[in-house]
Amino acid sequence: MSLLLPAMALLLAVAMLAAAILTVVTRSLPLAILAAGAVSLFASVLFLLLAAPDVAMTEAAIGSGLTTFLFFFVLARVGAGNDG
Amino acid sequence: MVRHLIVSLCLAGLALIFAALVLGYAPDAALNRTALWYAENVAKDVGSQNVVTAIVVTWRGLDTLGEVTVLFLTAAIVGLILAPGHRPVDAPANDLPPTGELLQTGSRLLVPLILLAGVYVFVNGHLTPGGGFQGGAILASAALLLLLADPRHRFAHRTIETVEAVSGIAYVLLGLAGLAFAGGFLDNRFLPLGRFGDLASAGAIPVIYTLIGLKVGAEFASMLASLSEREGP
Repeated sequence: MSLLLPAMALLLAVAMLAAAILTVVTRSLPLAILAAGAVSLFASVLFLLLAAPDVAMTEAAIGSGLTTFLFFFVLARVGAGNDG
Repeated sequence: MVRHLIVSLCLAGLALIFAALVLGYAPDAALNRTALWYAENVAKDVGSQNVVTAIVVTWRGLDTLGEVTVLFLTAAIVGLILAPGHRPVDAPANDLPPTGELLQTGSRLLVPLILLAGVYVFVNGHLTPGGGFQGGAILASAALLLLLADPRHRFAHRTIETVEAVSGIAYVLLGLAGLAFAGGFLDNRFLPLGRFGDLASAGAIPVIYTLIGLKVGAEFASMLASLSEREGP
């Protein structure tokens, strides 16, 4: 049990780093938005592990939920995929 | 080449700083003095079961008011930039196919449940984790589901604006009531504290958090709606 929590936290941190790097290096804007949302999702689980449920709920609802779709709406308005 | 070198140097420097932080980290054996004071005095002073809520709504209530104001400004600017009048409001979306039966029925089933979950989160903000911001975001995600299930869905903007304005004004008025009848701005003790752990306890905290939840939900919903409703030029 004492080993389980650090292992999960480490796994989440690695996943967050991978998603963050994917956000930066990918050429596709929708993929970048999804990866940025995934960073928030992993972060919210990490907050839950760190015994901060209030912050975890905020991060999950606003960071990974609303912001992701806000970016998608903006992307639809500015013209999808034309990175110029 | 030089650019990559500079970037890797910056990353290495950051890694060095964080390594120093992580290696020098020693967990506290006990709460520090500030945390200890809050942990000991919240139940007695404010009557809220959730310490985070007690701090966010009363002692740091002015910060919360500022956050809500920032969110309001953002929503106002989004609404200003995407103001109707540049192009007809109901013009787009005629080329979209009608929404399927599955999506309609599913969203009709889920939206009331999501709204209920959001209301639960901010009404119980002083008892369980969560509060106005989280509950408001959940309310707005119900609006998001409506928009995703049927892009041609239109919201009653006037209603959303009224909810937002009334809850914002009532929030400030409650803060002033704390100034007049209790210890200071946004003091919750002008209402009876009630029995510790009850739904109707902790003075004005449930009322204030309900108002914050409605305001945040209305702001996010109006932002999402004005972004999605009018298609690009």
